[in-house]
Amino acid sequence: MLVRLLRRHLRPYRRALAAVVALQLVGTMASLYLPSLNADIIDNGIARGDTGYIMETGGWMLAVTLLQVVCSVAAVYFGARTGMGFGRDVRSALFHRVGEFSAHELGRFGAPSLITRNTNDVQQVQMLVLVSCTMLVAAPIMCVGGVAMALQEDVGLSWLMAVCVPVLIVAIGLVIARMVPKFRLMQVRIDGINRVLREQITGIRVVRAFVREPVETERFHAANTDVTAVALAAGRLQALIFPIVMLVLNVSSVAVLWFGAGRIDAGQMQIGALTAFLAYLLQILMAVMMATFMAIMIPRAAVCADRIMEVVETRGSVQPPAAPVTPLRADGWLEVDDLTFCYPGAASPVLRDVSFTARPGQTTAIIGSTGAGKTTLLAMVPRLYDATGGAVRVDGVDVRDLAPDDLWGRIGLVPQRPFLFSGTVASNLRYGNPDAPDEELWAALEVAQGADFVRAMPQGLEAPIAQGGTNVSGGQRQRLAIARALVRRPEIFLFDDSFSALDLATDARLRAALKPVTAEATVVIVAQRVSTIADADQIVVLDDGLVVGKGTHAELLVDCPTYVEIVESQHAAREAVA
Amino acid sequence: MSAPTKPRRSGGQDADTVAAARGMAAQRRGGGPPWGGAGQPVEKAMDFGPSARRLVGLLRPERLGVVLVLVLGVISVALNVIGPIILGRATDVIFAGVIGKQLPAGITAEQAAEQARAAGNATVAGVIESQHVVPGVGIDFGALGLVLLAVIGIYLGASVFGYVQGYLLNGIVQRTIFGLRREVEDKLNRLPLSYFDARQRGEVLSRVTNDIDNVSTSLQQTMSQLITSILTVVGVVVMMIVVSPLLAVIALVTIPVSLWLTRAIGKRSQKHFVAQWRHTGALNGQIEEAFTGHELVRVFGRRHDVETSFRDKNEDLFDASFGAQFVSGIIMPSMMFIGNLNYVAVAVVGGLRVASGAMSLGDVQAFVQYSRQFTQPLTQAASMANLLQSGVASAERVFELLDAREQEPDPARPAVREERRGRVAFEHVRFSYRADQPLIDDLSLVAEPGQTVAIVGPTGAGKTTLVNLIMRFYELSGGRITLDGVDIATMTRADLRSGVGMVLQDTWLFGGTIRDNIAYGNPAATEAQIHAAAEATYVDRFVRSLPDGYDTVIDEEGAGVSAGEKQLITIARAFLADPSLLILDEATSSVDTRTEVLVQRAMAALRSDRTSFVIAHRLSTIRDADLILVMEAGAIVEQGNHEELLATRGAYWRLYEAQFAGNAT
Repeated sequence: MLVRLLRRHLRPYRRALAAVVALQLVGTMASLYLPSLNADIIDNGIARGDTGYIMETGGWMLAVTLLQVVCSVAAVYFGARTGMGFGRDVRSALFHRVGEFSAHELGRFGAPSLITRNTNDVQQVQMLVLVSCTMLVAAPIMCVGGVAMALQEDVGLSWLMAVCVPVLIVAIGLVIARMVPKFRLMQVRIDGINRVLREQITGIRVVRAFVREPVETERFHAANTDVTAVALAAGRLQALIFPIVMLVLNVSSVAVLWFGAGRIDAGQMQIGALTAFLAYLLQILMAVMMATFMAIMIPRAAVCADRIMEVVETRGSVQPPAAPVTPLRADGWLEVDDLTFCYPGAASPVLRDVSFTARPGQTTAIIGSTGAGKTTLLAMVPRLYDATGGAVRVDGVDVRDLAPDDLWGRIGLVPQRPFLFSGTVASNLRYGNPDAPDEELWAALEVAQGADFVRAMPQGLEAPIAQGGTNVSGGQRQRLAIARALVRRPEIFLFDDSFSALDLATDARLRAALKPVTAEATVVIVAQRVSTIADADQIVVLDDGLVVGKGTHAELLVDCPTYVEIVESQHAAREAVA
Repeated sequence: MSAPTKPRRSGGQDADTVAAARGMAAQRRGGGPPWGGAGQPVEKAMDFGPSARRLVGLLRPERLGVVLVLVLGVISVALNVIGPIILGRATDVIFAGVIGKQLPAGITAEQAAEQARAAGNATVAGVIESQHVVPGVGIDFGALGLVLLAVIGIYLGASVFGYVQGYLLNGIVQRTIFGLRREVEDKLNRLPLSYFDARQRGEVLSRVTNDIDNVSTSLQQTMSQLITSILTVVGVVVMMIVVSPLLAVIALVTIPVSLWLTRAIGKRSQKHFVAQWRHTGALNGQIEEAFTGHELVRVFGRRHDVETSFRDKNEDLFDASFGAQFVSGIIMPSMMFIGNLNYVAVAVVGGLRVASGAMSLGDVQAFVQYSRQFTQPLTQAASMANLLQSGVASAERVFELLDAREQEPDPARPAVREERRGRVAFEHVRFSYRADQPLIDDLSLVAEPGQTVAIVGPTGAGKTTLVNLIMRFYELSGGRITLDGVDIATMTRADLRSGVGMVLQDTWLFGGTIRDNIAYGNPAATEAQIHAAAEATYVDRFVRSLPDGYDTVIDEEGAGVSAGEKQLITIARAFLADPSLLILDEATSSVDTRTEVLVQRAMAALRSDRTSFVIAHRLSTIRDADLILVMEAGAIVEQGNHEELLATRGAYWRLYEAQFAGNAT
């Protein structure tokens, strides 16, 4: 997974990566050369008191070190560009993919986890790329260079390398293997913190109303304890690594001295070679250690890459058609034909063989008991879900054969929960039609009975709206959501129980004002109040996913017992007074 | 004779590499700098000093541990300084053996030294004098073994101390971070609702996750390395001064230059770090909101625009994090460069001093080695200082949250109601969400115990606000509200709210089972009580048809549970809480009217012996109310019961007519 993710998203940075490798190569060579110059100054300069030579070699050293600095800085530049660019691209890809998801996939991952994956997880992989760029290249070069130089000095001692390096690798490998599961857990628990906290902020009124702060704090405390526990465990393992590396390193140099002394005493080796060998062995181990630090990052990055790829490779269950059909007409003719829908994993369908036609210029109302499938039915039109049987046709074409933008361009949806985005009144109203002039916004507000309260706000159209619209009342939110759909000027209006938070007078005025504006359009209204829909051209009565009645108010009163029950339940009040 | 210096000369280079490797490893640890944080764009610049001090202040509860870590740091620094010196002894022993072997057996060491000096080889003479060279005898393996054992002992000690230090530090940092998260959580409970009204959720979230993570990483790194580095620098400086004050001055020039460089680079990278965390927060907020409003984004054809604005924020983040990584990445090579400059200067000046006979070659060699040792921790300290900036940038964002104005604290000696009858009185209440927009002005009303008070009126008249005020979600700007004669501002919020059951128009259920959600208001409820509440509120009916019944998990999208059903669950929740005061704000707006009638009946039973406030647009819901308040623009324009109000043919009558206008029965 990690490899696939890296391959896919590092491709645009091939050149930068090549530059990093080249620069690192030169830089590492330069830094390998520095010790020799170092020795030269001492051996041939200071020891002989040859100032000229010192100056000259010092000059060389400065030149080499300058080269090294330039190479390092340039490598950091390309490395940072590559690493951060990679992160940006992966975030973009993730965000784009989630955009294609239907509610089903969104629910499967859960928003908090998707947020963590889009930020924290990407960051882990991005760091691996960055560190790789600065260290990965240097490590093998140093290692190979070190081995070559060491062999040159003395082959007889090289068996020490064959011992030290594997010991180091095995020791570190053991520690890292135990860290992997901890990191997997860590990401899951960061999700957990995010989830608990997001719920607390979203449900803050309920939490406070039920005095559940202590319980919620307890829940957070548990999530916090979980994260801390796994971070502690991972941190303790990590604390082992550096001392282990240092110990192996230092014991190795002791071994070199011990065994080297034997060889020197036997006349097989020069003392200069011994000390040089020691320097190179340290260099090799250092390279191994650098590789180790990268290796520490790999397990967490791999876990994160899995989580990222899981999202990226999930296809939205609602896919755009390969060859979109363009309808011949554009008047908003809506046909629901034998529609059946079953939520994935659910035992019984929510909708069964639902059929009706909503015509332009007419109002079709859908009424039915709670859980009858009204909202689900509306969701089939903009393809928030795809039907499991039958079809929804807009302007004669199956919605699944329409290009999504084309389809959505024909629809103005007012959802049951009138979610507003953070911004201003104007930015929310323009949501479906960014170019609408202020006059259109005001016109829509007039129809939606929202002009008065917006006018009363000190900043009017520019009044700030909090995320979710929490700073305006429920009824105001609904009216803004209705105005938002109106500004869009669609062919089909879908009102999902959009008048429930309005008082009756406002409701009545709104519907009256809506009539002329939607005269040409197809209007589908889901409602609970009979008063809202009594004058509809067609009323579809849903009960438990089945159509149990279809007709006008008057017709249904005659032949639909369910409808009669609904009407009676609402007229109880009036009759009681009368 | 250069051999003895050879193992040391490349030590500096390797040490630099270790520093680099450590720095990288440290960055990796928690989820380091490249980006993370949260937030509301913060206009003010970073206030480094005070925030850094406050960050360090967080460690106060752990000060014993910190002291221990410092002590261990001193010990391991000392051991690491001693190690190479002792290892050098081993080289000397080998060297002595080599020289001894070359000398003819029989002469004394003094004679050999003299011969060497006569031959012009002062170094060999020096070695012969200082080491126990026995002419004619080779390497003393016994002595070598002892020295090497000592070295192993020292390094073993250094590693053990290093591990203990790392272990303790990990604990200190994680406990501190744990405490910081808890502090933030507690703070969230004390923040007024208006705080949350004004912010994107994703930004607040990011402060708790990304920013605190970053603080954790920074703390861990800086504490382990900054301290060690500084101690090493001090130790080495001392050694240098002992060897040669003149060369020490040259070497010490490096320090101000390094400080200046670190500051110069740091100043640049600091603003990138601040920007990086700010953009991360902004991005997090955007992601959170886009995922929350997912369906609307799609249906309104805004995916493209949302992605464009995402791309802009993502690009901002890229710019900032690239800047931060690049600028701070420059520090390490620059410091190495300065180190090399210093090295050459020392070599040149030292070489001249040797040539003029003012200094011995051995001293210069030692000095060269120390100046190497000195650059490495300096480089490390510089890059740590830079990383600390990232941590402080994040910490400041967390502190900003912690410093936000809290709601009025509960009174120290809260008033307690003598009787719990549920009498609510508003006395000349004045209130506004925003100072420039008065909403409620001089409102008074009384709800007698057991009464059902209905509030009707146009949207935006302030009905929900009344409820918010009773719950004390917001503070009054004038007047007072009493519950059973006690000013609610003098009660604890928990006491006030625990007596109130509330059902809001916004249904909120947490991610858990239906059973847990019903039990939310009364965690002690038995299974039987839960079922009873569910039956009374018609939750039981649909729950039974779900495959998992009461164990059905309500997820975010709530597939399978409709909005109306969710609303019923919130009613069951209030039902089970068995409050003395009941508030129903559009509690059944998403429920179909037949079910509503049934629920009403159950609610009527629930309401019978307690005071209740009902906000509803369906007048059928409220016609039995004892008192109906008609609100308009924050004021009560009419009050009375259904018949009285209809008879007056005022605002209520108009609402009532409007409701049934469309109903041709």
